[in-house]
Amino acid sequence: MSQISQAKASVVPSAAAPSTGVAAPMAAAGGVNWRATLEAIVLPTGAVIVALILFLLFCFTQGASPAGVFAAIYKAAFGSWYSFQNTLVRASPLMLTALCTALPARLGLVMIGNEGALVVGGLAAAAAGLAAQSASPLALWAIMILAGMAGGGLWISLVGILYYARGVNETISSLLMNYIAIGVLNHLVNGPMRDPASLNKPSSFPIPDDKMLPTLGSSNVHFGLIFGIVCCLIAWVLIEHTTFGFKVRIIGGNIRAAKMAGLPVIRIGLITCFLAGAAAGIAGMVEVAAVHGRANESLAAGYGYAGILVAFVARHRGLPIIFVSTLLGGILASGGILQRQFKLPDATILVFQGLVFIVILFSDSLYGKFKIFKEARA
Amino acid sequence: MNGESIGWWGVVIGIFAGALRGGTPFLLVSLGECLTEKSGKINLGLEGVLLMGAMSAYAVSYKTGSPWVGVFAAGFAGAVLGAIHAFLVSRPKVNDIAAGIAMLLFGSGMAFYLGKPYVQPSAPQLPGIPLGAWSHLPQVAAALKISPLFVLGVALAFAMRWFFQNTRAGMQVRAVGDAPAAARAMGVSVSRTRFVCIVIGSALGGIGGAHLSLFYPGAWTEAISSGQGLMAVALVIFARWNPVQCLTAAMLFGGAQAIGPSLQAVGISAGYYLWNASPYVLTLVVMILTCSNKRTLIGAPGALGAAT
Repeated sequence: MSQISQAKASVVPSAAAPSTGVAAPMAAAGGVNWRATLEAIVLPTGAVIVALILFLLFCFTQGASPAGVFAAIYKAAFGSWYSFQNTLVRASPLMLTALCTALPARLGLVMIGNEGALVVGGLAAAAAGLAAQSASPLALWAIMILAGMAGGGLWISLVGILYYARGVNETISSLLMNYIAIGVLNHLVNGPMRDPASLNKPSSFPIPDDKMLPTLGSSNVHFGLIFGIVCCLIAWVLIEHTTFGFKVRIIGGNIRAAKMAGLPVIRIGLITCFLAGAAAGIAGMVEVAAVHGRANESLAAGYGYAGILVAFVARHRGLPIIFVSTLLGGILASGGILQRQFKLPDATILVFQGLVFIVILFSDSLYGKFKIFKEARA
Repeated sequence: MNGESIGWWGVVIGIFAGALRGGTPFLLVSLGECLTEKSGKINLGLEGVLLMGAMSAYAVSYKTGSPWVGVFAAGFAGAVLGAIHAFLVSRPKVNDIAAGIAMLLFGSGMAFYLGKPYVQPSAPQLPGIPLGAWSHLPQVAAALKISPLFVLGVALAFAMRWFFQNTRAGMQVRAVGDAPAAARAMGVSVSRTRFVCIVIGSALGGIGGAHLSLFYPGAWTEAISSGQGLMAVALVIFARWNPVQCLTAAMLFGGAQAIGPSLQAVGISAGYYLWNASPYVLTLVVMILTCSNKRTLIGAPGALGAAT
C-alpha cells in the first residue's frame, strides 16, 4: 500500500492534476452549495462567450462579418431540425470519448489516451462483428459493444496498471499508446484484416449492410447518441451519487487520506480506468457499426482529442458533458458552411476550439475571485 | 539510385540518414522541452508550435525568397505561442497538460488556417551541407547531406549543457525547477524565469518546424508532422533532462522512424506500420523499465509540473 503515495510523487506532471478543478470543493454533505454550483455554471459559460467574441473578432480581421459568421454557425448547428441532427451525430462520439478523460480526472489522473481507446475499441468491435456476422442483428450489436468496451477498457487499464505498478506517468503513456493504437490499426487494415476490394482506403471487411446500427426513427441520428447520453448519465450517477464515486473523489482529492481510510486505491483506480476506456471503446464501436461500416483509418478522426477538450470544459462531470458535447458538435458541424459561405478554411473550427480551451483554462484560475459566489459567512 | 543495388547496406544507410534528417526536429523540440522542463513547467503544446513554425518558415521563405528569414520567422512564431502558454500556466490552478493540449489545438488550427494558401507554391529550401561529397555512392552522399539546423541543434545541445552546469543563469533555471521556494528566497523571480524558458523553448520548437518544411521532407502540408512535437515530452524523459542525451534520443527516434521506409525500399514491407509505431513502443518500454514508484526519476526537476 505504501507505494501508492509515492507513486503520486514520483511521476512527472500528474502531481498537478488535483489543481485542474478536478478536485473542486465538494458540496457540503447533505446540502447543495448553490453559490458554488452557480459559479461552476457561470464561469465556463462566460468563458465560452468570451471565446466566441474573440473568435468573431478573429473572423472580422479575416474580412468576414462577425454577425454573419455567428448567424451561420448558429444556423448550421442548431438552426433547423435537419442541421441539429448533424450536430447530434457529431456530439455522440464526443460524449463517449470525453468520459475517457473525465472519469480518471476525478481520480487525479490526466488521461489523454481517448483516441487510442476509440481506435482499439473500434478495431475490437469490427473484429468481433466480422467473426459473428451471422448472428441476429441484436446479438451482433451486443457482441460488438462488449468487444469495443473490452478493447478500449483494457487499453486504458494498461495505462492504469503501468501507473500503479511502475509509476509510469499516465499522461505520457496514454499519449504514446494513441500512436501505438494507430500503428496497430494501420497494420491490421493493411494486412491481416484487409478487404482486397478496398483499394484507395485500406479497410477491414465490411459489416453486413442490413446489420448496421440503425438510426433513430426517421432521423439521421444513429443509436450512438443514446449510448452517449446513457453513458454520461451513468457516469454522473456513479461518480456523484454512489459510494464508489465518493471513493473515487476522495482518492482524487487526497490520495494519502484515501489510503489512511483504507480505501482499495489500486482496485478503484483500475476499475475507473477500465470504465473510461470502455466508454471510448463504445465510441469506436459506434463509428464502425453506424458510420463507416468497417474499420479503417477514419477511426482516428480526432474525436479523441476533441473529447479531452469537452471533458475539461465540463469540469469532468457527466451531466455537463452531454451539453458541452452538443455545443462542440454544433461547432464542428458548422465547419462546412464557414468554408462555403465565407471562404474560411476548415481549420477555422480548430482555431475556435483552441480559443475556447484557452479561455476556459484561464477561467479556471478565476474560481473564488468573485465575491458574489462566496458562501455568506455567518 | 535504387536501394537493391547496395542490398542490406541500403537499410543501414537509410536508417542512418533518417536519424540525421528525421532526428533534427526531434532534437530541436526536445531541447526546447528540456529547457522548459528544467524550469519546472511542461509544454505539451510543442506540436502546435512545430506546425506553426513549419508553416511560418515556409510562408516567409516563399514571400522573401530567403529560407533563413523563414527560420527566424519560425522561431518568432514559436516564441509567440510560447508566450501564450507561459501566461496560461503562470495562472493559479491551470494545469500544464491541459494548457498544452489547448495550445496544441490552437497552434495547429492557426498553422492550418494561415498556411492554406501555401500548400501549392514551392518555397526556397535551406541548403544542405554536403559532408558526403567524398563518397561515390549516391545513397551515402545523400545521407550525409545534412541540415544546417542539425548542426545548430548539436551545437545547442552542448551549449545548453554548459549553460545549465556552468553559468549563473543556468543554475537559476535549475533552482527554479527544483525548488521554486528556495529560488524565490534567493531573490530569483520564479515566474519571470519560467516565462523566459518557455518562450525560448517554444522558439526552438518553431525552428524544429522550419526543418520540416524547409529541409526534410521540405514542403508545407497539413500532415507534415507525425507527432514529433507531442513526443518531445517523452524524449526528454528518455534523455533524463540532459541536453546532450537529447541528441542521442533524437537520433534514436529519427532512426527508428526510418526503419519501416528503409526496409520497404529493399522490398520488405511486412510490418511497415508496426515499425512506424516503434519509436513510441521504445519510449514506453524505456519508461516501464526505468520508472519506479519508489523514487522519482533520476534527473527530473523537483518541482516539475507541480501546482504553484
